[in-house]
Amino acid sequence: MAEVMVHDEHHYTATGLDSWKVGFWAFIGSECLFFGTLIATYLTYKGSSVQGPYPHEVLDIPLTTISTFVLLMSSLSMVLALDGVQRGSKKLALVWLGGVIALGLVFLGFQAYEFTHFVHEGLTIPRNLFGSSFFVLTGFHGAHVTVGVIWMATLFILALRDRLPPAKALNVEIAGLYWHFVDIVWIVIFVLIYLIQ
Amino acid sequence: MTTETEHGGGHASVGFYWMIGGILAVLTAMEVAVFYMALGRVEAPLLLTLSAAKFAIVVMFFMHLRFDSRIFTGLFVTGLVLATFVISALYLLYQVLPNYAV
Repeated sequence: MAEVMVHDEHHYTATGLDSWKVGFWAFIGSECLFFGTLIATYLTYKGSSVQGPYPHEVLDIPLTTISTFVLLMSSLSMVLALDGVQRGSKKLALVWLGGVIALGLVFLGFQAYEFTHFVHEGLTIPRNLFGSSFFVLTGFHGAHVTVGVIWMATLFILALRDRLPPAKALNVEIAGLYWHFVDIVWIVIFVLIYLIQ
Repeated sequence: MTTETEHGGGHASVGFYWMIGGILAVLTAMEVAVFYMALGRVEAPLLLTLSAAKFAIVVMFFMHLRFDSRIFTGLFVTGLVLATFVISALYLLYQVLPNYAV
C-alpha cells in the first residue's frame, strides 16, 4: 500500500519525464514571454519621458549591485538546499532554505527602499514613461520574489516538521526552478535598465 | 562532477555549486567595473555578453538544464527565443527606426 502511494506522487508523461516538471518548464517558458513584453515596453519608451526624474538622476548602481549580489547568492543557497533535501539532511535543508528566505527578504527590503527613495525624488507611476515602465517591470519582478519567499517558507515549515524527505526532493527542485528563474530575470533587468542607460 | 537523480536528471557536487556562485559574483563585479570605466561603443556589447554568460551559467548549472532532458531545454528556449524576438523587434522599431513606427 505504501509503495502504491509513493508511485502515485509522481505522474510520468509518455516521455518518461515527471508531468509536474514538464508543466513547470512550460510555465517558465510562458513567463519568459511575460517578462519579455514588460522589458520590451521599457525599452520601447526608453528616452521618451518629457519630464524628469530621468533614469541617470535616480538609479543607484552601488545599491542595486549589492541587491543583485544578494539575489545571486540566494540562488546558490537554493541549490544547496535542494542538495540537502536529496541527501536527506534536515539540518542542511533548513539552513539553506532559511538562507534563501533571508536573502529574498533582504532583496525585497532593498527594493522597498529604492521605491520609497524614488517616490521622494518625485518619480511615481503616472509621473512619466520611465516611471510607468520601470515600476511595472520591477514591481512584477518583486511580486514574483515575494511569491518565491512564501513558497520557500512553506518548504521550510515542511522540513521543520520532517515532511520533506528525499522522496519529495522534486517539490524542492520545482520551487528552485521558480527561484532561479526570478534570478535570471533580474540578471537581464540589472543590465538593461541599470547598467545600459 | 555529476550524479544521476531518480527523475532522470543529474546534479553537481556542493563544491561545484560554490565555484559557480563565485564565478557569478566575479562576473557581476566585472559588469559594474565596465559600467564605471565608461568604455564608449564597446560598453553595451560587453555588458550584454557578461550578462548572457551569467544567464547561461544559472540556467545550465543551477536550473540543471545542462544535465537534464532536452525536452525541458526545448520548452524554455521556445519561450526565450519568442521573448527575445519581441524585445528585439520592438526595440528596433521604436528606437532604431522611429520614423517607421507611426
